[in-house]
Amino acid sequence: MARVRRGRGGIVVALDAAEAELLRRMLDELCGELRARLPGRPGDGDAREDVGDSVGAAFDTQGPTAPPEDPALARLLPDAYSDDPAAAAEMRRLTEPDLVQAKLDAATAVGSALLPTGGKLILDQQSGAAWLAALNDLRLLLGTRLGVTEDGDPFGGHRPNESAAAPYVVYHWLTGLQDRLVGTISAG
Amino acid sequence: MHVMSQSATASPELDQAPIVDERTDPDRPWVTIVWNDPINLMSYVTHVLQQLFGYPKDKATRLMLDVHQKGKAVVSSGSREQMEHDVSRLHGAGLWATLRQD
Repeated sequence: MARVRRGRGGIVVALDAAEAELLRRMLDELCGELRARLPGRPGDGDAREDVGDSVGAAFDTQGPTAPPEDPALARLLPDAYSDDPAAAAEMRRLTEPDLVQAKLDAATAVGSALLPTGGKLILDQQSGAAWLAALNDLRLLLGTRLGVTEDGDPFGGHRPNESAAAPYVVYHWLTGLQDRLVGTISAG
Repeated sequence: MHVMSQSATASPELDQAPIVDERTDPDRPWVTIVWNDPINLMSYVTHVLQQLFGYPKDKATRLMLDVHQKGKAVVSSGSREQMEHDVSRLHGAGLWATLRQD
């Protein structure tokens, strides 16, 4: 079971090899789904050569106007306006690529720090923030797909078979890890 | 928000009380609203409100409890541009936030 404590150099997270592999795989999936939302890469067209750099960059980073069709991904990238669809679409077009990139950066930072063998990782303030954000994104993605509720019993009292229960075990593992990480970081 | 042993669920009602007529009044401030959801941890929501807005722990906790118990809470107010910035930062942290004119 993943352990979290405050050490001399920062927050210490200790994972075993299976936990590190599970986390890395989930982060890879998250990154793949996020990358699919990014607009075309800058520099692959020549239409912006005659405009200033900042204007060209702004055009290059324009995103989609509609939310993701997948409800789980839509939960990661919500509308900013609940009562104004036009404003929500415009805000999404202008800001979603940055939001996606920030989530990608956090997930990549965590994923690249994981060792195949597990072991201890020491998190400073910046990497601790990346861990919190990335773990939360994983929980939002998985939790939305599982349809979790606040009381946490998706089976209505029935015991599921092992294969049906597995994603819930993963979800609760993520929840426990994030809860310990928040508690340890907040206590500092 | 996710809790371990209670079942106080409040569903966000995004269509509640649309403010159509007042939207163009330039004197009305804009507000950022955080909505309850079944996944975000109460401790995490409190932590995010402290980090992003610099709120002391008791204020962040009170806002978190409003979100949890009432389904939503106004966490900041100001210009439309400021609220769009706040909503973007909250989305970056994974909270469910929207803005509207108060």
